[in-house]
Amino acid sequence: MLEVEDLTKRFGGLVANDQISFRVDAGEILGVIGPNGAGKSTLFELVSGFIRPDGGDVRFAGRSIAGKRPDVINRLGIARTFQKLKPFSNMTVEENVMVGIMQHTSSMRAARREALGALDFVGLLDKRRAPAHGLSTGQRKRLELARAMSTRPRLMLLDEVTGGVDQRSIPGLIELVEGLRREGMTVILVEHNMQVLMSLADRVMALHLGAKIAEGTPASIRENRQVIESYLGAAYA
Amino acid sequence: MRSTSEPPSGVQGPLREARAEPLRPPLTRGQWIALVAVMVFVLVYPHVFTSPYARHILVMIFIYGLAAQGWNVIAGYCGQISLGQAVFFGIGAYSAAFLYAKWGISPWVGMAVGVALSVLVALFIGLPTFRLRGHYFAIATLVIGEIGYTLVANWEFVGGATGVWIPIDRDSPWTTLQFHESKLPNYYLALGFLAAGTAIVAWLERSKIGLYFRAIREDPDAARSLGVNITAYKLVALSISAAFTSIAGSQIAQYVLVIDPENTFLFLISILIVLMTMLGGLGTLWGPIVGAGVLFPLSELTRVWFGGTGGAQDLMIYGALILLISVFWPGGLVSLVRRLVGR
Amino acid sequence: MTSEIIIQTIVSGLLMGFIYALVAAGLSLIFGLMEIVNFAHGEFMMLSMYLAFSLWVGFGLDPIVSLPVCVMLMFLVGVATHYGIIRHILHAPMLVQITATFGLAIFLRSLAQFIWTPNYFSIKDPIVTGRLEVVGIFIGVPQIVASAGCLLAFAALWLFINRTETGMALQATSQDREAASLMGIRTDRIYALGWGIGAACVAVAGVLVSNYYYIFPEVGVIFALIAYVTVAMGGFGSILGALVAGVLIGLVEALGGLLIDPAYKYPIIFSLYLVIVIVRPRGIFGRY
Repeated sequence: MLEVEDLTKRFGGLVANDQISFRVDAGEILGVIGPNGAGKSTLFELVSGFIRPDGGDVRFAGRSIAGKRPDVINRLGIARTFQKLKPFSNMTVEENVMVGIMQHTSSMRAARREALGALDFVGLLDKRRAPAHGLSTGQRKRLELARAMSTRPRLMLLDEVTGGVDQRSIPGLIELVEGLRREGMTVILVEHNMQVLMSLADRVMALHLGAKIAEGTPASIRENRQVIESYLGAAYA
Repeated sequence: MRSTSEPPSGVQGPLREARAEPLRPPLTRGQWIALVAVMVFVLVYPHVFTSPYARHILVMIFIYGLAAQGWNVIAGYCGQISLGQAVFFGIGAYSAAFLYAKWGISPWVGMAVGVALSVLVALFIGLPTFRLRGHYFAIATLVIGEIGYTLVANWEFVGGATGVWIPIDRDSPWTTLQFHESKLPNYYLALGFLAAGTAIVAWLERSKIGLYFRAIREDPDAARSLGVNITAYKLVALSISAAFTSIAGSQIAQYVLVIDPENTFLFLISILIVLMTMLGGLGTLWGPIVGAGVLFPLSELTRVWFGGTGGAQDLMIYGALILLISVFWPGGLVSLVRRLVGR
Repeated sequence: MTSEIIIQTIVSGLLMGFIYALVAAGLSLIFGLMEIVNFAHGEFMMLSMYLAFSLWVGFGLDPIVSLPVCVMLMFLVGVATHYGIIRHILHAPMLVQITATFGLAIFLRSLAQFIWTPNYFSIKDPIVTGRLEVVGIFIGVPQIVASAGCLLAFAALWLFINRTETGMALQATSQDREAASLMGIRTDRIYALGWGIGAACVAVAGVLVSNYYYIFPEVGVIFALIAYVTVAMGGFGSILGALVAGVLIGLVEALGGLLIDPAYKYPIIFSLYLVIVIVRPRGIFGRY
């Protein structure tokens, strides 16, 4: 479904992504790990169109999407969440979700109908008329998810879905992502929480200093020497 | 992916109930009463207060209210701060006045020409700057506001500093939009335009376009990630804003019958439009109207108090108000009323 | 059009450019720190000019003499602006930040008109006066002094930012506010300092320029507009960019006035702004 080939991005002298290549097949969950500064966010920004690559290509369902605008890429079928949450604060929760649906329909009624379905899926139905700025962090995370889902994507880029969320909410979020997979969604997951990542991902790709250093099953990555070394100094469970 | 409109079984009840709700909460009885009262008031007002001055005040409020509603669309709903609305105002005024004065073309046509030109200018400013962050656009509008004034004041073809004097016509008032017998037609015409503009904004509030505008205001990047072409929609917002402001300018031309760079392209007009909208409540349907309704009588009063010493005191107050409102009270009067009423 | 006239124009454009550079540097500094465009920047300059004028009228102080005092006072004005206004809107939406400094600008401009009337003033017989002739080119001494003064102030600013500890703290805060505060940098003070320095820069330009420029309430407007374009061209947040762009704009303004028409100064500048925005919005050295 997604093919990334030699993707490169430089910021001045810093090489944020260094000829990264990988593929993701339909229906699978790919986990992306790496210490801070490894280039995970840059990768997401490149794939979702927020920044343009300096080299390489990104192909989605056979079509090259490198350098296209974010809204175009979204309409082609890729949705993302943001690590730093970006709710539409002064709009209601249901309006937040309706925005993404309106690319598929002009009827406010139909959009609301579908939005409520998405809210139900993530468990925010009772908050539908509440202004988004009143939500807790965990609720905002779920709103992000509902918003991204509402654009009817085929591929979702989830950026730190459990970041900043308290321990009790994590199983619920894992369940949500599992639910997405059951719906047939393809997911690329960036996570710092190793337990979450390892339990969800079919395959894992490890980045370090902008380059891909390993790729394989969660078990094999866990044993991978280079990966462990890249994290040296930061103890993750 | 299978549509999310069919959730996992078991939780049908609350979802079905939620879906059965109306799109927007209906107006309360109090709101209906207020709405009807206001409509009755404005329709009846000129027959109760028949002095030209009393009618004049409302005509000005209506005309400026429309211009303020224009700013409300681009700044309040779409979040893009234009600091040079006077350009559109002036284009509308000059189009109507000049085409009639020079070639006898009806101001209705002039008004349409004004709208077309204003939208062109809007595209001209917006296309390069809307891809970028808000400051670039704000700066561009500031600069073009200055240019507009300077160019028109130096352009002899349209009268330079003297401006355009519209020839008096008493024979065909509805073609030339000049009403000399009474201010009544002016009143209802201005009211009509304002009502139409407000109805459009009310429709925007409930439509996909309006939803997109607000998403762009709240978080442009999130909007892009959800499939919104923000540049295109910002241009739509600015075009609507330019059109409203231009029509207001055309009305002023036909109302005062003498226009020059001072009463059309002046920076003061841009300031007034910003202040009215912010005072009333940026991003609300009634804010611009409330703001115009409060500010106009107030500025008349201060003119009476301070005499003709020029606008310095007024401007000090305007500037301070814009500053204070934006920092402490961004919701304006409308939000204050809402809080008092307990909504 | 002789080569002398062209060289003359280039020289005055260059001199004006250094002044624009300093004004833009102040604006760029503030933006680099907190991503707020100070729409009252021109009014700070206007205030400094009125300050110099008042000290001249009241105490007979020549602008060169009162320069330190004026700069100090405007520094305080900048700091006061931060603590009084900016601090409250640091996290507010861009809309609020723009309209707040916009309102401040209107207020200051009309305050000046209220206090000093709309009349045009000028400082008579300043210390720096007369013209120099260099290789057939005539340059006014006040212009040279103003230009040189701005260039010196610019150099001082650059040294401060890059060679002192406080300057480094300023840079650190502008790059990453959270990291800076984690490192123990008092970000609130840094912001106030930034505003103070920004105002001080513009004050140096204003006081020196008051030697030969008319002083009136709208005088800040054109300098501010040029400053915005300069900052956009040089790159929001880049001090060095402000210098390069300032000089370029000074040259464009001078040559444009010569080759086209002085009355079209604004349209020329606006066209330049549009070109920058279309071709390279990041500016020459910008980060955004």
